[in-house]
Formats: sequence, C-alpha cells, structure tokens
Amino acid sequence: MGGENVTASSDAAGGYQSIPALLQRNAREFGSKAAYREKEFGIWQTWSWAETEKEVEALALGLINLGVNEGDFIAIIGRNRPHFYWSMVAAQAVGAIPVPLYNDSAAEEMAYVLEHCGARFAIVEDQEQVDKVIEVQDRLPQFEHMIYIDPRGLRKYDHRVLHEFAKVQNQGRAAHDELIGELKQRREKLKIDDQCVMLYTSGTTGKPKGVVLSNRNIIRSAQNASEFDKLGPGDEVLAYLPMAWVGDFIFSIGQAYWTGFCVNCPESPETMMIDLREIGPTYYFAPPRVFETQLTSVMIRMEDAGPLKYALFHHFMEFARSGAGEKYGMPKRSLAKPDLKRRIKQAWKFAMGVGFAAETLIENAIRLFFVRLRHPLAVREHFKARDPILLNLYPEPVRSYFKYRMGEVLIYGPLKNTLGLSRVRVGYTAGEAIGPEIFDFYRSLGINLKQLYGQTEASVFITVQPDGEVRADTVGVPAPEVEIKITDEGRIYYRSPGTFVEYYKNPESTADTKDAEGWVDTGDAGFFEEGTGHLRIIDRAKDVGKLANGAMFAPKYVENKLKFYPDILEAVLFGADRDFCVAFINIDLTAVGNWAERNNIGYSSYQELAGHPKVLASIQEHVETVNRSVAEDAMLSGCQIHRFVVLHKELDADDGEMTRTRKVRRAFVADKFNDIVTALYDGSSQVSTETEVTYEDGRKGAIKATLEIRDPKVVPVNPQKVAAE
Amino acid sequence: MNDNEPYTTADGRKIGGVLMEMKNITLRFGGVKAITDISFNIREGEIRAIIGPNGAGKSSMLNVISGFYIPQEGEVWYKGAPRPQMKPYEVAQQGIARTFQNIALFEGMSVLDNVMTGRLNHMKTGIFAQALWKGKAEKEEEANREQVEKVIDFLEIQHIRKTPVSRLPYGLKKRVELARALAAEPSLLLLDEPMAGMNVEEKEDMSRFILDVNDEFGTTIALIEHDMGVVMDLSDRVVVMDYGKKIGDGTPDEVRSNQDVIDAYLGVAHD
Repeated sequence: MGGENVTASSDAAGGYQSIPALLQRNAREFGSKAAYREKEFGIWQTWSWAETEKEVEALALGLINLGVNEGDFIAIIGRNRPHFYWSMVAAQAVGAIPVPLYNDSAAEEMAYVLEHCGARFAIVEDQEQVDKVIEVQDRLPQFEHMIYIDPRGLRKYDHRVLHEFAKVQNQGRAAHDELIGELKQRREKLKIDDQCVMLYTSGTTGKPKGVVLSNRNIIRSAQNASEFDKLGPGDEVLAYLPMAWVGDFIFSIGQAYWTGFCVNCPESPETMMIDLREIGPTYYFAPPRVFETQLTSVMIRMEDAGPLKYALFHHFMEFARSGAGEKYGMPKRSLAKPDLKRRIKQAWKFAMGVGFAAETLIENAIRLFFVRLRHPLAVREHFKARDPILLNLYPEPVRSYFKYRMGEVLIYGPLKNTLGLSRVRVGYTAGEAIGPEIFDFYRSLGINLKQLYGQTEASVFITVQPDGEVRADTVGVPAPEVEIKITDEGRIYYRSPGTFVEYYKNPESTADTKDAEGWVDTGDAGFFEEGTGHLRIIDRAKDVGKLANGAMFAPKYVENKLKFYPDILEAVLFGADRDFCVAFINIDLTAVGNWAERNNIGYSSYQELAGHPKVLASIQEHVETVNRSVAEDAMLSGCQIHRFVVLHKELDADDGEMTRTRKVRRAFVADKFNDIVTALYDGSSQVSTETEVTYEDGRKGAIKATLEIRDPKVVPVNPQKVAAE
Repeated sequence: MNDNEPYTTADGRKIGGVLMEMKNITLRFGGVKAITDISFNIREGEIRAIIGPNGAGKSSMLNVISGFYIPQEGEVWYKGAPRPQMKPYEVAQQGIARTFQNIALFEGMSVLDNVMTGRLNHMKTGIFAQALWKGKAEKEEEANREQVEKVIDFLEIQHIRKTPVSRLPYGLKKRVELARALAAEPSLLLLDEPMAGMNVEEKEDMSRFILDVNDEFGTTIALIEHDMGVVMDLSDRVVVMDYGKKIGDGTPDEVRSNQDVIDAYLGVAHD
C-alpha cells in the first residue's frame, strides 16, 4: 500500500502507532484539559484527558479480567456517550478490535454483523439493546459476554453473562497490580499496520460489508485532515452522528485523539439541538438533512415572527445572500491576545460601525417623513421602492461591510446563536448533495460550511473544499496525500494512506473494489472541472443508465433538484431502459404539515396529507419547475419527469427501503412498490396498493392506499427540430 | 392471598405486608351512595388496579384513599394504624402522591419548575432564607434539584426540561404529572387514569414507566384504568367495582374468570 511515500510522514506522526498510544500522549500533554463532556442530570459532566486515561485503563483491565483475547471483536452498540468511546479505545488497548453497530438497527440486522465478525463480547447501552442481542443470541455460538451501561430494568436478567460497565471497571481497578503488566505488554505490541476498527458499510445493495481499517488509515487521515483545517486542542465538537459511521469514528476518535480536542455528547437524541446551543462547537459535521431540517424550522418560525423582525430578517438575508456573507462573514482565527495596534483598529471599526448605524437610522427616519408626506396611504410600498439617496457618508464597499456588521448584530448573530453555530470555524456536510439554496443560506450567515466527498473505504477523506474555494456544486480538490484518477467512462478511483485494508472475510469484494496498486473504485462517476481542479460528482456510476431512446439517465441529479424543495423529503426516479422517467415523491411532514395548518387544511395522518389535492398540486408545480431546469441541460433533458406519484408512506430504514445512513435502496424500492411503478408506466390515473410496514419494535402491519398519479407538464425536447425551425 | 405474609412474584419483585387497608368504606353525597361497604387492601410494593364501568365510583375511591373525601362509614388504615381525618397537604406529608384524570399542572411554568413543586415537602428552609438565597436554601435547592433531575432522566423528559407545560402535547403532560408525583418520593402512588386519551405507543411508554417505577423504586402503586389490556398486564391484583359495590377482587386471572365481573363490566358472554 504505497509504502515509499508513507514512511517519511509516519515519523512525522511522532511515532504514535495506535490510538491508545495517542491517549497516553494526550494524558501527558493536555492532562487537565477537557477530553469528554456529557450532559447527565442536567449538568455537563467533564472528564479530562488524565481522567479519561484512568477510565480507559480501568475498563481495559476489566476486559482482560473478563477474558478478552487479542484479536477478539467487541461489538459496541449505543448512542454517542463517552463510555462507548472509552470502550473502543480500551478494546484497542487490550488488542481487541471494536465493531460499532447502528443502535437503531433491528435485532435481525445486528445478528448478521455479530455473526459475520464473530464477536465474543458486546458493550451495549441499555435494556433495549440487551434485549435485541439476547433475541438473536441462539444464532451466535461464539458470543459470550455482554456489558451494559444503564442498569435500569436489567436487575432480573441472568448476570452470569451480563455485566455492568461500572462493575467491570471496578473489577479492573481491583485487579490492577495483577494485570497491569499484561495490559502494558499488549499495548506495546500495537503497531501502525494493525487493525484499528471494523466498520460495516450501510449497504445500499445487499448485505453490509465489514471494512477493515488499520491504525495507519485512521491516524494518518485524521492527521492530514486536522492539519488541513488547522484544528487544535482548543476545538470542540458535538458527537451526535451514529457511532457506526466512519465519520464519527474519524472525528470523535481519530481527530480528537490526534489533536486533543474535546468531544461533547448530548444528553439524549432529542436534546441534540439544545445541547448544540449550549456547547457551541467550533468544528461541526452534519449531513445535508440536518441543515435542511434546521432551515425549515427557521423559516417556519420566521413566518410567525412580528412584522419588524420579519422585514429585518428578509432584508438582511437577501443582502447576505447577494455575496456579502461570502465576502465579509467568514470567521477568522482570532489571536489569543490582541496587541495595541489591533485594539486601536478594533476601536476605530467599532466607532465607524456606530456611525453607520446612526446614519442608517437618521436616513430612514427622514425618508419615512417625506414618504409619509407624499404618499400617506401607501407608505410601505413607496418606502420600500426607493433606494437610499439622502446621506451617503460611507462609500462602497465600506458601506456593505458595515451593513453586514449591522446585520451580524441584528440578525445573523442571534440566528447563529439559536442554531448553535455561533462558534463554528469549520463545518462540513457530506454524504449527499446539499441544495445550493441551503448551502448559501448557511454560508451567507458567516458559517464556514464546506463540502467533502468521502467514503468508509477511504477513512472518509477523498476530496475537501479548501477555505475560500467553496461552492455548492463541487466537492473540492483531492485531500492531502490523496491521489485521484478518472477513467475514460468517468469512474473515479483514488489511492491514499487512508485506503482500507480489506473487506473482512470477503476477498472477492475486496478484489473487485481495490486493485493491486491500491487504487480503489468509488463507484461514482464524475469529472474534474477545467481551470479550478475541483471534482464534480455526477451520480453513482451504476445508477447512470440510458433511456430506451438512448438518452442519458442520471436519477440522482434530478432527485437532488427535487429534494431541494423544503416540502419534498425524498424522491426516487425510475427510467432506465424505459421510454420516459417517472418518480416517487415523499413529502416532508414538518414543512407540509405547517403549510396545511396555515391554510386551514385538516388532516389526520401522513397518508391523508400526502394525498391531498392541494399538496399534489404544489408538488406538481415543483416537478414542472424541475422539468424546465432539467430541460436546459442538453445531455440530461431526457430525465424530465413525465408522471409521478406522492407515496403514502415515508421511505424508512426499518422497512429496508433506506440504509441506516438514509440513502435510498433503489432496487429494493422498485421491487417493493412494483405495482405502483407498473401503474406509472401503463397510463392509469390511479393505483390501489397495500404496503407492509415495520414498526420500531419489529412488529409488522399493512397500510392500504389509493394513490393518484399526476402528469406534470414536460418541456418538449428535440434539439434537431428546434434547430430546424 | 389475604394473609399478610411477604412473597416474591414470578418476575422477582418483593411484595410486602399490607400498606393500606380499606375497612367497610361507605361514601355518600347527600342521598347518593357513591361507595357501599367496600373493603380491600393494598400491599407494599404491588401494583393494585381499581376498575369498573363509568360511574362505578372508582375516582371517589381514589379520593378516599388520598384523603380528599371523608367516608361516612368505615376506616382507612395506613401503615398499620387508622388514619385520622386529614387535610390534603397532611396526606402528602405522609408519603402519598397522585396524578389526576384531568391534568392538573401549572401550565405557565416550565416542566422543571412543575416537577420541583413535587419536592415541596422535602424543603425545610423558611420563606426568608429562600428569599435571601444564601447558604442553606441554596444547598437545599441543589439537593432537591438533583433528585428531580434523576426523575427527569428516569422518565426521559430531558428534552422538554425548560419548555412551558402549556406547549406540550397531552401524552407528555401526563408524563410530567407522573414526574411531579415521583419527585415527592412517595411510598404510595395513586394514578387516576394514567392512560386515558393516549395512543397505543404512548400507552406502551406509560406502561413501561409504571412498571419501571414499581421495579426500580419499589413504589406501591394504586391505579384506575379503563384499558383492560393495560390493567391485566400491569397489575398484581385488581379490585372491580360496579355501582359503588365491590364485585371482584384478586389477580387478573381470577378477575377475568369471575362471572360477576364478566357480566357487569366486560359484557355478558354470548354463545
């Protein structure tokens, strides 16, 4: 795996060959600095790096005491809590390999992973998870012990194989003198090319695959990315994304241990937004969906705001979006101690700002006075219609600068504070394309939100956007030490120190994905943009197909355009080898529900709302707009949606329609809703269907619905014909 | 069943001796007899349900237990002694807490403040110390807040800690009310239709919380409920009332097979 260019910088890594070694360094160097925080009983509990080392050591000794051997797999099942991060590091310290699982998986899905890796131990959160593992335990002959954190409701369980986290730690502490030698010896043995963690892919197609990542993969990727974004021990992150996802492992373990920053864990999944506000992370990571939801809720709440706030909000947001946010808003790394010169400069700027505010107020007052005199009945329109002309003490661009600062005080600052993003210095979104509207909204507020492109097999980073080169439609330039090549068909391959070792017990898949030289196939199609060197992703290569008439079919491209509307949550496009394209659409219950409330439309269920004629009409409008915009692209104009249906249920991971990371399983959906697809193509105006749904507790039910099929307008495309006329 | 010997249930909970005993209770409102000569007991650590059709006198019974109504005849024995006539706050001081059929929370206050009011009987400092907010009062508040936070954690209402109660949906309000009752660390918890008006999911959650409260804290619980499925699953013993009279008493299975109960409440069986 690219041995020659790697050795030099692994010395730069200071010779730290494993996460436990980094933990010891952090305990030494940042001893009393906060390493973990978790809100418990309404208070943020803090553990310093020194305390963290003690906790991890106690647990590691406890694990040895329980009989964990080197090379064992330890499943980790729970939401983000310091205890689980310690568990992963403790597992590594004793030579075992942590396997984090999605905590919302059904027992069936867990069984597959537990069986596949042959885990002997599991560290789980509470009764719910214990029950799930017990449910499938018969099928796991190798499985032995389970450690739980929250003892609630577990008193009556069989405690021969079930252990409380704190007790395991206590046993470890008690056996300290006896086992510490063993622990030290095992810890010393960890080398940079040993396995660090095993992460299961979400599996858009078929069964999940166990991705083996080495210490080198994790540490080097974390190091490169930390240096790229200049992360330091003073940074704060909020860990709220699933622990089984590679991103969380890189951010909350890789980068946290490399740079020594603090990982904050929310009190419960529902309090995430409150906790985000309280912590104010400086380094933030969220999938587009989180940003979408936040934006939707801001917009809904602004609808309820008073007229002054409403007007200010829209005025300043329009201004910020016009490019001012990009120009004046981006956070700068503040110096620890401003010197005298800087202070004078700040004081001067402040005075100028006050002057600008005064000027604006006076100007508006005078204008209002005159407008009232001349147009007493239509003050509002005339006041709005005019540009400021009276005073103009501040020329451009100084004017815009101060206007933005004023907006910062009045709108942007408070809004960022409400969103919990005031202190964000570097924010990332990845996983899927983000709507340009949404992206611009956050960036214009002065939040340094960037995109990156990555996957589990690459230890996240393939391309990232450097500061100052951020755009909504590209995913950036290759990350440090990552090489990218694009084949003639447009398929993207990469090679980096983060490239995974192999798929566990699956040499065929490994060989399919990774060649002998270490090039890994991303499965995505894309191209480098001329001039800027930024990578643009078109679609999953295997999803890109052809319509029956030979036109190109790229579903993701159209789906993303649809999903950028706040009332459309999900869209699935069909059309490969067919005459035309059709689509399934999921409405966003929050946005549409709010709209219904405002328009006095009563509804009793998701299904009823999704079938409401007015909802269908507004969705149809969106589809038609998208069709027009798709038609402008000569290459993809065949992807216009000829017919669509609004689904009666939300696509859900519990029903297998999506992966746990919320990516649509296209083939599965097509198969499951086969009758609807048929109806979309055979010209019928409605379709009756019955769908099986799985509830959270694993029970099954069925919903019946009659769905109306709509035929949106399509822009006729036939380039030759147009040219002839 | 009627002996006072402690025993352990099939699922491993310890049921102690009699905590409260109703002896020949009769309650009249003017000429209307709400309760006629009812006797039953509640044992320590058990979940005791009172069921019956509408107007059977269940809520009146609960009000007698809580000391709000004074029965004209009969005695209430609590912790081995006859209970004298008491004011509601004195009942609360004795360790009896309750929730209401129609939610009785302070709508304008936050969830946290509402739950804190449940700790009233555990606060000793006077009005002046509270006003000065130094030393003792502050320490006391901290200690009580800690207890309240444990309850909040237990009932999983962290996300609404600071939300005014008026903004909460019905199901959560019910949970907040339970939290307030729990914060008082009662030895006997009375629940008046804890699941009325809830959907299936909320009912399941509530049932789990009731079981967990009983299991974790060993709290004795007396509850009134309409949902037969819930009652039969939750309770150790059931009292069945009809027209103010007791028509059945025993384990859910016994009650289920009692012909009087089937006739009066569950409907007459047709062949």
